[in-house]
Amino acid sequence: MNELQTIEKQKNTPAVSDEMLQKALALGMTEDEYRRVLDILGREPSATELAMYSVEWSEHCGYPRSRSLLKLLPKEGHYASVAGADTGGIEIEPGLFIVFKMESHNHPSQVEPKQGAATGIGGIVRDIFTVGARPIANLNSLRFGNIDDPEHGQLARYLFAGVVEGISWYGNSIGVPTVAGEVGFNPSFRGNCLVGAMSVGVVDKDSIASGAASGPGNAVMYFGNATGRDGIGGCSILASHEMTDLAARPTVQVGDPFAEKCLIEACLEALKTGAIVSMKDMGAAGLTCTTCEQAAAGDVGMDIDLDQVPLREAGMEAFEIMMSESQERMLAVVEAGREAEVAAIFRRWGAHARVLGRVRADGILRVSHGGEVVAEMTASSLADAPLYHLPAEEPAYLQELHNFDFKTIAVPANASEVLLRLLAAPNIASKEWVYRQYDHSVQVNTALIPGDGDAAVLRIRESKSGKGIAVKSDCNSRYCYLDPFEGARLAIAECARNLICVGGEPAGVTDCLCFGNPEKPDRFWQFKRAIEGIVEACQYFKMPVVSGNVSLYNETPESVIHPSPLIGMVGVLENVEQHTGMGFQTAGDLIVLAGQTHDELGGSEYMATIHGLEVGRPPHLDLKRELAVQKFVLAAIRSGLVKSAHDCSDGGLAVALAESSIVGGIGAKVELPDTVEAQANIRLDSLLFGETQSRVVLSCSPENWPRLQEIAHAAHVPVSFLGSVGGDRLVVQDIRAQVLRPLVDVPLAQATSAYRDSIRNLMEQ
Amino acid sequence: MHFGIISFPGSNCDRDCLHVVHDVMGHSGRLVWHEETDLSAFDALILPGGFAHGDYLRTGAIARFSPVMDAIGAFAGLGHPVIGICNGFQILCEAGLLPGALRRNANQHFICNTRAHVRVENNHNRFMQRLNVGDVLTLPIRHGEGSYYCDQSTLASLEANRQILLRYSDATGNISTDANVNGSIGSIAGIMSEGGNVFGLMPHPEAASETLLGSTDGLLIFQSMVEPFAFGRARTRDSGLLGVRDG
Repeated sequence: MNELQTIEKQKNTPAVSDEMLQKALALGMTEDEYRRVLDILGREPSATELAMYSVEWSEHCGYPRSRSLLKLLPKEGHYASVAGADTGGIEIEPGLFIVFKMESHNHPSQVEPKQGAATGIGGIVRDIFTVGARPIANLNSLRFGNIDDPEHGQLARYLFAGVVEGISWYGNSIGVPTVAGEVGFNPSFRGNCLVGAMSVGVVDKDSIASGAASGPGNAVMYFGNATGRDGIGGCSILASHEMTDLAARPTVQVGDPFAEKCLIEACLEALKTGAIVSMKDMGAAGLTCTTCEQAAAGDVGMDIDLDQVPLREAGMEAFEIMMSESQERMLAVVEAGREAEVAAIFRRWGAHARVLGRVRADGILRVSHGGEVVAEMTASSLADAPLYHLPAEEPAYLQELHNFDFKTIAVPANASEVLLRLLAAPNIASKEWVYRQYDHSVQVNTALIPGDGDAAVLRIRESKSGKGIAVKSDCNSRYCYLDPFEGARLAIAECARNLICVGGEPAGVTDCLCFGNPEKPDRFWQFKRAIEGIVEACQYFKMPVVSGNVSLYNETPESVIHPSPLIGMVGVLENVEQHTGMGFQTAGDLIVLAGQTHDELGGSEYMATIHGLEVGRPPHLDLKRELAVQKFVLAAIRSGLVKSAHDCSDGGLAVALAESSIVGGIGAKVELPDTVEAQANIRLDSLLFGETQSRVVLSCSPENWPRLQEIAHAAHVPVSFLGSVGGDRLVVQDIRAQVLRPLVDVPLAQATSAYRDSIRNLMEQ
Repeated sequence: MHFGIISFPGSNCDRDCLHVVHDVMGHSGRLVWHEETDLSAFDALILPGGFAHGDYLRTGAIARFSPVMDAIGAFAGLGHPVIGICNGFQILCEAGLLPGALRRNANQHFICNTRAHVRVENNHNRFMQRLNVGDVLTLPIRHGEGSYYCDQSTLASLEANRQILLRYSDATGNISTDANVNGSIGSIAGIMSEGGNVFGLMPHPEAASETLLGSTDGLLIFQSMVEPFAFGRARTRDSGLLGVRDG
C-alpha cells in the first residue's frame, strides 16, 4: 500500500492506533504530540508526515520547552540591530551590519568528535551566508571532562583532540579564520562535551537576504550536495533526549568542507543577482525545516517533488529524504523565469541545482514522491511547535554549597607553588595547542590574534570609517552551577570586559544555552534563572541578543553538565588601529589595577584545582561598578594611555599578572594588597587567587599615570598602583608583612613553561 | 603591473592577494577562474593559498589538471614571473613547474603561526631583490602539508643553482631542527625554478603586507616582483650565512 492510499483510507479516523503511536514514540515524540498531529490532520499521518512533525517539533528545531523564556531576551540596545530567524546582527556604521550567531553541536560531537564538530562549523557558517553575509570569523566555546583525570581522562582527551581536529579540518578548508574562543574542563562534561560554534559575517543592509518565501509560482530550488542517509533524526532522537547509547553514531552527519566553500561563493554570487526571494540552510531537520519554515514565515505554501532531489544512493524513502541532515545543502525560493540563470552559478561551483517545486498561495505544504502525494499539511502546523510550560524548582544541592565555610580552608604556605599549579591547570593554561591548529589569519583582517589579547580584533575592510570589531565567547560553567542567575550575568559581564580590554565597545550578544534535561524541575530552574540573568545584564549594558540556540538534554544517567549559557559577543572599535593586547611591553612601565579586590573564593579555579572543591557562591557582580570600570578602561585605551589591558578572571589577580608577563615576555614586581580596606580584611589566597569581578590589570608609561588617575577619578573607578614591569621574574610582595620574603617569586621562564606546555604535554603524552 | 590571481574552486587566499596587489600596492589585477586559458593580458601570476578542489586525494593533485594549468606553463615558459603561495606552491610542484613535493607536517597537525621566521638565502632574483641575503623575515605559515621534500640529487642541484630562496630559521637567523617548523628537507621554505621566474613558498607574504597585521616583510617580496630585474644588477650582501646547513 503506498502512502497516498494510506492517507485516503484513514481520512476522518483520528483514533490512536497503538502501532502508529509506537512509531511516533520511536521518533522521539510524546503521546500528546502524536494526538496533536491527529487533531491537525483529522486522520492518521503517513510515515512521511509523522517523520516531519517529529523533527520539526523536536526541542532542537521548534523549542517547545524553551520558547516561552527565550521571548524575554532583549532585542534592542545602543546599536541598531536586526534579529532574524537564522541569525541577527548589529549595525556598526550606517548601512553596514555585522551578523553573528552561536550554535551547539554537542550530542554529535560526543558521539563522533571530528565529524560532529566539523559539521557544527559548517552549519553555523551556513547560517551566516544564508542571510547574504560573507563569513569573516569563527569562534568556539568548548567543554570537556578533565583531560588530566586518571580514570576518565582518556575519553576526554580523545574527544578534545577529535573536536579540535574537526574544527581545524573544516574551518581551515573553507577559508574562514578561527580567531577566538574558550575551552573549559570539568568532570560534569564527562558524558556530554559541549561544542558551541560561533560565526561572524559582514553584509550591507541592502543585501540582507530574507528567510520568508513569497510569490506563488516562484520556484523552490535545491542547491548543494546530494542527500544521503546521514543525520536522519539527528535533531529529534540524538539532540533532544538524554544520551544513553553511543550506537547513535549513524545519526551524525558527515562534512565536506570543499562543498561548503563552493557553496559560500555560489550563494553570495547568486544573491547578488537579485533573483533569490528567500533562502535557508538545510541544517537540523533538513528539507522539512527549510520548506515549512520558509513557507510559514511568508504565509504561503509549497509543492515539493522529492523525485527531483539529488540523492547519494538509490532507494531512499520519502521520510528519509525529508529527515536527512546531509550537509552543505540550501533551499531557496527563486523568481519564476530566472531558474536557469541561478542554476548556472551553482553548477559552475560544482554544486547541484534543481527545481523541486513551486510556491503555493494557500499555505499548504504538499510533498510528493514517485508520483504519489506522501505528505500534505499546512506549513504553519509544522512550524508552530507545541509550547510547554515546565515546572522549575531550585536544586537541593545549592543551599549546602552556598553555606560552605571557607575558614575550614587553610591558607597555603607556598603561594609560588600554587601559582605555578594554577598556570598549568588546563582551564587556565595557554590554549596554544588548540589555536595553533586553527588558521586565524586567512582573509588578512586579524589585527589581534589568539593569545595576544582578551579578545580577537578584526579589521572590517567594508567599513568606510576604519572601524574594526572585537569578538569573544565566554562562560564560567562553575559559576553557573553555583548560581545560574549570577553565573549568566557574570558571563555577559566578563565577555564584555574582554572586548573592552582590547579596545572594543560591547555591542551585541548571541547565546548558546546548554543545559540538562528540562523535564527535570531542577534543571529547568537552572535554565530559567540563567535566562533571567542574561536578560538583566543585557538590559543594563544596553545590548541586544540578536541570535542564539538552545541545547537541552545534555546529560547521561551518570553525569549532568554544569549549566552553560555560552555567550558570544561582538564589540566595535571606532578605529581598528587603536587596539590593545594583554602583554606587558616595556621595562619601567607602571602596573595598575582598575577595580578593587574583595574576600571572595567561591567558585574559583583556585578552590577547584588546589582544594578539589566547587563550593560557595560565585563572585558578586555589581553591574554599576562593572559598567564604570568598563567605561574607564575603554576611555583610557582610546586616549592612548594604556600599553596593556587584561581582565582578572580564572585564577585571580596573581594569574592575570603572570599572564601579562608571560605574553609580554617580561617580568614584573608588584606589591599587594591594592587597597587599605583589603589590607585589613583579606585572606592571602583571596588576595592572590580570588576571582573578584570588575577588575582589570593595566600597564602604562610613568608619565601617563597622573592622566590615567584623573580619568579614573572622573569615572568614579578606584585605581591602585601595584608595581612595575621589568626583569625576568614575577615577584609579588605583601606590603603588610614586615619581612622581606615575597609572597610570590617565580622565574618568568618557569611560569611560561607551566602555562604554555601544560596542555600540549597532556595531549601528546 | 597587471596581476592575474588564479581562483581554483577551494582557493581561499585569492581575494587576500588581490587586496594586497590592488589596495596596498596600487597595482591592477583580477581573479582568473581556473577554466580560463588566455593569460596574455597579465604581467605576473599568483597561485594563491587555500584548498584547491578540497585538496582531496593529495594537495594540488586535482588542481594540476585544471584547464588554466597549461596556460600557466606556457606563461612561465615565456619567462614571466609566477609565484605560488602555500597551496599555490603545492600545485606548482604537482604540475612539475617546480621540483619536489610537500608532505604532511612532521607533527601531523595543521600549523598556524603568524610569526614564523624565514631567512633569505639568495636575493639575486626577481622575487628577493628588495632584500638582503641573511635577512630574517617574519611571515605567517598556515598549512597541514608544508614539509618540503625532494631527493638528494635534486637537493644538490637546488643548492648548486642557488634556487633555495628561503629557509625556516629562528628570530636571529639560526637554522636548526627546532626552527624547522614542519620538518622540511634542508629547512626549505621557498624555492625558485632553474629559470628564476617561478617561485613557490609555504609562508604567506600577502598576510604580512600591512602594519596592522604585525609585519610588512611579505610586501618586500611583492615589491621585488614589480621592479625590473636584470641579472647582475641586484644588490647582494653575502652575510656569510650561505652554506649553513641544518644543525
